[in-house]
Amino acid sequence: MCTVCGCSELVMADGRLMSHEEAHGLGLAHSHGHGHAPGAAAMPASAGAALPFPHVHAVSPTPPDNGADHHHYGQGPAGVSVPGLSQTRLIEVETSILAKNDGFAAGNRRVLKALGVLALNLVSSPGSGKTTLLCRTIEALGNAPLAVIEGDQQTSADADRIRATGARAIQINTGKGCHLDARMVGHAIDSLRPQPASFLFIENVGNLVCPAAFDLGEAAKVAILSVTEGEDKPLKYPDMFTAARLAILNKLDLAPHCDADLDLYEANLRRVNPGIEILRLSARTGEGMAEWLAWLRARLQGMAA
Amino acid sequence: MHEMSLAEGLRSIVEDQARRHGFARVSVLRLEIGRFAGVERSALEFAFDVVMRGSPAEGARLEMIDLPGRALCYDCAAMVEIDGRLDPCPLCGGGRVIPDGGDEMRIKDMEVM
Repeated sequence: MCTVCGCSELVMADGRLMSHEEAHGLGLAHSHGHGHAPGAAAMPASAGAALPFPHVHAVSPTPPDNGADHHHYGQGPAGVSVPGLSQTRLIEVETSILAKNDGFAAGNRRVLKALGVLALNLVSSPGSGKTTLLCRTIEALGNAPLAVIEGDQQTSADADRIRATGARAIQINTGKGCHLDARMVGHAIDSLRPQPASFLFIENVGNLVCPAAFDLGEAAKVAILSVTEGEDKPLKYPDMFTAARLAILNKLDLAPHCDADLDLYEANLRRVNPGIEILRLSARTGEGMAEWLAWLRARLQGMAA
Repeated sequence: MHEMSLAEGLRSIVEDQARRHGFARVSVLRLEIGRFAGVERSALEFAFDVVMRGSPAEGARLEMIDLPGRALCYDCAAMVEIDGRLDPCPLCGGGRVIPDGGDEMRIKDMEVM
């Protein structure tokens, strides 16, 4: 069978009978027709044995002849002969560019699911109040077992703030990196050894662009958006708000001071993600914290089910 | 965004494939990039040139095939093609469309020697 087109019969090219492999190698024009029964099974073609197994062809935009001959697709440039480069081969890869990250993420997800750990990937722009919200959340959750992974380019300031609450935290410094990836988080999970049926909060690098594309193995992304940032933010950075399951509208206590239109925030969030859940909250005053804690506990119970 | 990380992902896939299939050089690398993948073409081309140095794909031509943005309209329940995440449904004009595909970024194939 020819490694380029898959045909195994001989074919006429340049006035003589040869294999498809030879014809492709020499760059000679040749046909790819073969006999066909009305059903899917291939029948012997006049030039020789056709493909010995039943096969179907992709539907083409222009209907092919109903007769014996029809066109194959996907021959590709590998069949084109370039002088001096006749060894060119075409390798079908069909691999996601982020396949490596996705593999690590799937591994993280398996480990977390087996432990019944609810991992949440907290994403936002810098300064939306992620760390303050986390500190208040940890205090409010009391004795519930939890751990925190902090991502920042530099410093351990955030992990220090988390540790001050008594919670276990690991700081990842990404250096020049703009996002956490699944391998970094996998290593952090190995070091943290989260308890079964616990919370794992992953505070991503403050960035509304890149972290949207990198699956960490989390159960959900939670986007935090503070009311000082502007109602149009979900429209400006739609990738992130589309990827998030829950949006927290934070710093609610500041809303009257900056003329924030909370309904417009919500409308814009739903415009980019009609299925998104939204909570209004102020980590500073505690308003809305009860709903957030209820959301967390319900999700954790869902992990055990 | 993060085109440098993407280029590094490309390099590790190329090196993987070179070991598996035993080739020395890549002449063309073809990618499929969805409209919503958030990939900036020129930034990826730049990163590709830099990151591929010393790899089998050094000097390779990078071709990018655009894949359309697909979305589900919550108003008329149809699958539609849209250009931007915020576009209304082309069928019913409704504003509640949610992307469902179009965020692909994958290597389709490569020509190797």
